[in-house]
Amino acid sequence: MQFDSFSDFIAMGGYGFYVWLSFGSCALILIGILLSSLNDTKRILSSVQQQVDREARIKQAKLEQQV
Amino acid sequence: MWKWLHPYAKADRAYQLCNTLLPYFAVITVVCMIVGWVWGLAYAPADYQQKDSYRIIFIHVPSAILSMGAYSSMAIAAIVALVWQLRNAELAVIAIAPVGACVTAIALITGAAWGKPMWGAWWVWDARLTSELILLFLYLGVLSLYHAFEDKKAAGRAASILAIVGVINLPIIHFSVEWWNTLHQGASITKFNTNAIDPSMFWPLMLNIVAFAAFVGTVTLMRLKNEILQREKHRPWVRQLLNRG
Repeated sequence: MQFDSFSDFIAMGGYGFYVWLSFGSCALILIGILLSSLNDTKRILSSVQQQVDREARIKQAKLEQQV
Repeated sequence: MWKWLHPYAKADRAYQLCNTLLPYFAVITVVCMIVGWVWGLAYAPADYQQKDSYRIIFIHVPSAILSMGAYSSMAIAAIVALVWQLRNAELAVIAIAPVGACVTAIALITGAAWGKPMWGAWWVWDARLTSELILLFLYLGVLSLYHAFEDKKAAGRAASILAIVGVINLPIIHFSVEWWNTLHQGASITKFNTNAIDPSMFWPLMLNIVAFAAFVGTVTLMRLKNEILQREKHRPWVRQLLNRG
């Protein structure tokens, strides 16, 4: 460990703002693209599910009409 | 080899391949990134000149390398898409582009945050910085060109061509620090046997490069899966996925 205390670690020898700005924005961007990709998967699968349900309803309605 | 490779041209096989590879990439990302960040931030020694501000190197260099690495992969996918007319390769181009854009943005932001304390300016119109900014615009150009077309076949072709043309920027970025007088320092880790970087800083840096590469791989695989699903959503195999939960 290069730092004596946690506050030393945060201060980064006076460069804390720049170091944490870098690591913070990096983490934010990485998490951002990760979440947006996960969200896309969910969105696509739910739209497929909707389409499947819709087709099932249409099929059901047609069957009822015939009866 | 072609016989072995050929089935992966099919969307469902490619999707399965992504699923198989994804956990490995994800685990490498998580392990290397946690160890790499903690090592780089807390355990690597401070630089004798730049003190603790140099710790930005542990994300700046990996993101800069990967911004070019991701672009190369995207360009290779684009060549495959144009030459062999493989639709999965087209989808790979579109899957990589946003990830590459994010990594390029990280390289630029961390570079600015490192430039301010060391050079005294957030931004200078230096050859390295400007060419890296152009790289970001190339990624955004590929993406917006793809989304500008209604016909996805034409869109894929146009985006692939732009991706290939943009490769000219890669050697410009790499050699910019040698060709022009710039504020940005020259290469250090790629110059082997020169002891330009001490092992106590080199290994955490290496680990972070692996972590970034694995991250780009992970998210690209996730996005490629999404693109395949989107393109194939009317096919029976996609519907079968729903039943499996």
